[in-house]
Amino acid sequence: MTPLLDQISLILAYSVIAVYVCAFIGYTLDLGARASAAVQAEAPALVAAAGATMLAPPPQLETSPPRAGRGARAGFALAILGMSLHLAAVIVRGVAAGRVPWANMFEFSLTGSLLIMIVFVFVIRRTRLMILGPIVTGLVVILLGIATVGFYVPVVPLPPALQSAWLVIHVLVALLATAFFGIAFAVSGSQILAAWQEKTHRLRGRAARVVAALPPVEKLDRLAYRLTIVGFTLWTFTLMAGAIWAGRAWGRYWGWDTKEVWTFIIWVVYAAYIHAKATRGWTGNRSAWLSVIGFAAVMFNFAVVNIFFSGLHSYSGLK
Amino acid sequence: MSVDTSSSRPVDTSRPDGHVDGGDAPQNGRLGPLGWLRWGWRQLTSMRTALMLLLLLALGAVPGSLFPQRSADPNGVTQMIARDPGAGRVLEFFQLFNVYTSPWFSAIYLLLFVSLIGCVIPRIRHHAKALTAKPPVTPSNLARLPAYQARELLGHDVQDVLGELHRDLRRQRYRVARYTDHQGRPSISAERGYLRETGNLLFHIALIGVLLTVAIGAGFKYTGQRVVVEGQTFVNSRLAFDSFDPGRFVTDASLPPFSLSLQSLKVSYVQNNRNAIGMVSDYTAHVTVTNKGGGVSRSTIKVNQPLSVDGNDIYLLGNGYAPQITVKNPAGKVVFTDTVPFLPQDANLTSLGVIKIPDGLAKQIGLLGFLYPSEVNSTSGASFSNYPALINPVVSLNVYTGDLGLNSGIPTSAYALDTSKLTQIAGPSTPVHSLTLTPGKSVELPNGLGSVQLGAIPRFASFEIAHDPTQYPMFGFAGLVLAALAAALYVPRRRVWIRAEPKPGGVVRLEYAALARGDDPRLDAALTQLSNFAHQKGTS
Ligand code: HEM
Repeated sequence: MTPLLDQISLILAYSVIAVYVCAFIGYTLDLGARASAAVQAEAPALVAAAGATMLAPPPQLETSPPRAGRGARAGFALAILGMSLHLAAVIVRGVAAGRVPWANMFEFSLTGSLLIMIVFVFVIRRTRLMILGPIVTGLVVILLGIATVGFYVPVVPLPPALQSAWLVIHVLVALLATAFFGIAFAVSGSQILAAWQEKTHRLRGRAARVVAALPPVEKLDRLAYRLTIVGFTLWTFTLMAGAIWAGRAWGRYWGWDTKEVWTFIIWVVYAAYIHAKATRGWTGNRSAWLSVIGFAAVMFNFAVVNIFFSGLHSYSGLK
Repeated sequence: MSVDTSSSRPVDTSRPDGHVDGGDAPQNGRLGPLGWLRWGWRQLTSMRTALMLLLLLALGAVPGSLFPQRSADPNGVTQMIARDPGAGRVLEFFQLFNVYTSPWFSAIYLLLFVSLIGCVIPRIRHHAKALTAKPPVTPSNLARLPAYQARELLGHDVQDVLGELHRDLRRQRYRVARYTDHQGRPSISAERGYLRETGNLLFHIALIGVLLTVAIGAGFKYTGQRVVVEGQTFVNSRLAFDSFDPGRFVTDASLPPFSLSLQSLKVSYVQNNRNAIGMVSDYTAHVTVTNKGGGVSRSTIKVNQPLSVDGNDIYLLGNGYAPQITVKNPAGKVVFTDTVPFLPQDANLTSLGVIKIPDGLAKQIGLLGFLYPSEVNSTSGASFSNYPALINPVVSLNVYTGDLGLNSGIPTSAYALDTSKLTQIAGPSTPVHSLTLTPGKSVELPNGLGSVQLGAIPRFASFEIAHDPTQYPMFGFAGLVLAALAAALYVPRRRVWIRAEPKPGGVVRLEYAALARGDDPRLDAALTQLSNFAHQKGTS
């Protein structure tokens, strides 16, 4: 029974990858189409600016974003379809295991990438920041690919060290924080690209038009900040919950174990990011780099530390 | 339509000067020592320095994850130095085996906290003032502010409209003041979200609290480890521990004299999952505790479920087998009998143990024992264990004679046998096979030295006993960090101004403007809500 469910979950995961690949293609085609329309997109911004000084009826809150193209709509529909399959894969895995499906690397990746997609859909519905489409679906495809090929382990029961309510809460919140940091990383990355192009005009042709179709750098900056502070709050909780759990399990809250060290480093890097936002000379591009570095540290903590470093937190489930 | 003028923060008088920036270097070189001191202090408490120190802190923490640390992995350090003494010396020089207690790492975080204190104190003063002050006078040119709208109302009394808006703002928990400018135009000035700065200050103060609690806790807490075999009792006192790590202010009197008997350690193994056969699914230590008042109670301790006794927490950290070994001299007199904890070497609990017999036999002997809980033989003839429970337990002993090194006065580990001054007389590399024992069996030692017998094989549990009087203050500060952070990040701090100007023909022109401190996605929405509110009141 259990091995069967386990297999079903894995097959679902493979189909999810296929659907996300299609979503990725849809979003990429859309970017191409958008690039050709980029020239027209500059007009509404000027109108909006002029409106500021007019005696006008209550203004709209945001410049209405350009309507989603056919590619983007297809991408979005596929992303939603993929997410339903993805959710099913996560639930079936949980049922197969008889516990929460986030107790080893395979399960972290499976559930974590679903959370990334959820945050992504939430953000793209609100901001229409279409460049997130290919970046995030691409990232999730890579994550799921590595997870299914490299990290897959069959369901096994939890070792006593993981039998704790803190597994449910500490790991889930960590994954959710990672999702927010991940989307913020995509936004900051776009911001850096846009700022670089603005300064150097190094990109030409289609690539240049894709970048030109991005929202203004300031807008990306603010969006990245908003996502990061949510991630940071969740990460602060993760760090504390982890310390409390360590106290319950090992009799000490903090022992500078490798995993603890990296959790701390990530926390400090994002604290630095938040400070950078209020420091003259550090707003904009430099702080965006901190967001990128922060997410690199998150990924390092997840992949490299789990697999290659030994320590008390050896829960990858890999041998 | 309001535009996002720029990403730079709006000028905000609620922020102390020198807060965003440390200020420039002194203008002239003729600054006195006091001037330099003041300048240095301003630099240290500047936002840019805080940022640099945070980045340094993150960077400084990295090497501790790359190199083994003495506190967590002393063996790793020893091995690393043995492998490459030259590199070991360099790493040692830079204290890279003790990163988190090293002077350079401590310097980073201490400077950061000094900077933090220097930064927070003036802000507290400033904020206290802001909390009691009236919202600031309405600026003369509202259209220049980051959020701005203007609308006209027909047929209404200016004071009525402002009165309604005043009440609405109060309902939204703004602090409100009324002004009239030199042209006689009445206006409202309102501010909300003082909690944002309160949260920010409390957050930073709570961080200081966490650091102080850690520092104080280090002095008063202790941890000790102790291996207890089923049937044995342990009394909480300094000497009873196998290892003990007390804070500076811990005295013998700090340890409450409770006792703990291990009745049994029950271990269950996964049976019904072919991917995890033999994996442990549960450890439960059944114990009897006598607390310092003499009360006796039965209880259990599991991984993740410590037992609390007299302010101490008892954790179950490890387990293994402790074979009962008896050694007799040739005359049949018992010279040694005890349960000897064997240290597990792998998941199937192949375990290694050491027995030292300095007295009672013709020579000192040392036994190096391997326990295979479920012994099988590989094709090459070597033994190994293929399951962690005692299905077919076998103990094999290598025998050494010579000087055990117990009389030299240098402390030796009970779990290690220093064979440098010993001669092996049974086991691999000698003509005599290792002695092989199963429970209840007895075998002769080589050279007529006597005999060894294996009795029962009980389990042992290794417990950690920890006492940390700062646990609850720590929870308090951690909770405060989180709550204050939420307030600091999500409570919008904004100022709103509304100016009314009567126009000919009974028209009232209302200007609305707002300014946010920090990021405030709902700034425009807040103005729209106000102007809509006034319009509805106006048209009703
Ligand atoms: C232990 C080191 C520190 C940590 C972990 C830390 C962390 C944080 C965090 C998480 C925030 C965001 C929450 C908020 O906006 O209130 C913040 C904000 C802030 N911190 Fe720190 N901080 C540290 C040291 C300092 C120091 C030394 C200073 C002063 C130089 C400082 C000044 C500020 C200021 C002014 C803000 C508000 C920034 C804004 O308006 O966005 N912090 N800090």
